[in-house]
Amino acid sequence: MTSTQPAGYRPAPEGTHPPLLSPGYKSTGLRAPSQPLVVLRDRLTEVTGPLLTGPIGPNDHDLTTQHAGEAVGQRIVVFGQVRDSDGRAVPDTLVEVWQANAAGRYAHARDNWPAPLDPNFSGGGRVLTDAHGHYSFTTIKPGAYPWGNHHNAWRPAHIHFSLFGRAFTQRLVTQMYFPDDPLFAQDPIFNSVPDEKARQRMISTFDLDATRPDWALAFRFDIVLRGREQTPFEEAHA
Amino acid sequence: MTETPSQTVGPFLSIGLTWADGHLVVPEGSPGAVRITGIVRDGAGAVVPDGLIETWQADADGRFDHPDDPRGASGSGFGGFGRCATDPEGRFTIVTVKPGALGDGQAPHIDVSVFARGLLDRVVTRIYFPDETAANATDPLLSSLTPERAATLVAVSTADGELTFDVRLQGEDETVFLVV
Repeated sequence: MTSTQPAGYRPAPEGTHPPLLSPGYKSTGLRAPSQPLVVLRDRLTEVTGPLLTGPIGPNDHDLTTQHAGEAVGQRIVVFGQVRDSDGRAVPDTLVEVWQANAAGRYAHARDNWPAPLDPNFSGGGRVLTDAHGHYSFTTIKPGAYPWGNHHNAWRPAHIHFSLFGRAFTQRLVTQMYFPDDPLFAQDPIFNSVPDEKARQRMISTFDLDATRPDWALAFRFDIVLRGREQTPFEEAHA
Repeated sequence: MTETPSQTVGPFLSIGLTWADGHLVVPEGSPGAVRITGIVRDGAGAVVPDGLIETWQADADGRFDHPDDPRGASGSGFGGFGRCATDPEGRFTIVTVKPGALGDGQAPHIDVSVFARGLLDRVVTRIYFPDETAANATDPLLSSLTPERAATLVAVSTADGELTFDVRLQGEDETVFLVV
């Protein structure tokens, strides 16, 4: 019988991902598990995963054109490549984004801070990467906003990203930030990532060459998912 | 290259991560359909009304329609993926079929990701089935845990085709969470 034990995925280097309990970010206090996590060797369910191609609506790649009028704010193109940590492009994978509007307000019933809503901006988008792992969408630059974590706490402007890759283990939800934001130093979510170089990988880069002349600025955000162990698929026969 | 770090989904994930019928891995009323419901609670026992559950599983024959399954993709078109935001009572629902055994010594199971404000990374757990006593007893993960801890991973049958699987993020009866 051929072994059905597949090659797994490598864990990230220490310091790449935030610890679940991060005292500076108050909401982790009652939500982070207190028992040690149990290591599960990657097996069939973990090395496979949903290969979603939708649902993607006609304007999901352009968050500025989802309503009758134009969204208010600085138009930007956000683009990049999705690869794994071996440098291999991740093609045809679903990228989901959501964000606040230009004033820093989410179009969500529970966001009640008094910044204006924009009736022409919902803030959600979906695209698939192409055959080489590239994605691109058009949106407006989100605003910063205050939150109740500590006195005078402000979230740096950010766009939420959700990625699947091709395996359950590769699932990633992150946030993209903008260059040189003066709010980084006081943000416990950004700073929950222990490794300084890892934090920098969440910051997009301004790309003048990718701007659309007379229309939109452009920011590049490349995303790296986990790579595979180098063990062969069929490791044992019996 | 090094991975991009994880960050929390925040409280407004429903703007980007939900869609109609996301909780239907199979259509309601499909032959063999089971409805799995549960409530997500925090360390104080308060419900989590702003979370998201995602599920991934094999089909009823224990196969994946995925090229990285060394047994070959099933070709069945079975999606195997469900997602459901928690409601104001912290409740989620997934309608699916019970996965078959994979043939590798593991008991039938569904992999689960939990996302929420206050979770800087998803937490991962598994749903096992209460009618698989023999298979559960020899499952490599379940059998590595104390009976009390293992019990947090086994759904409870409440009626024909109805299961409950509550998630306790922290504290007494804390769900077993996994590093994958």
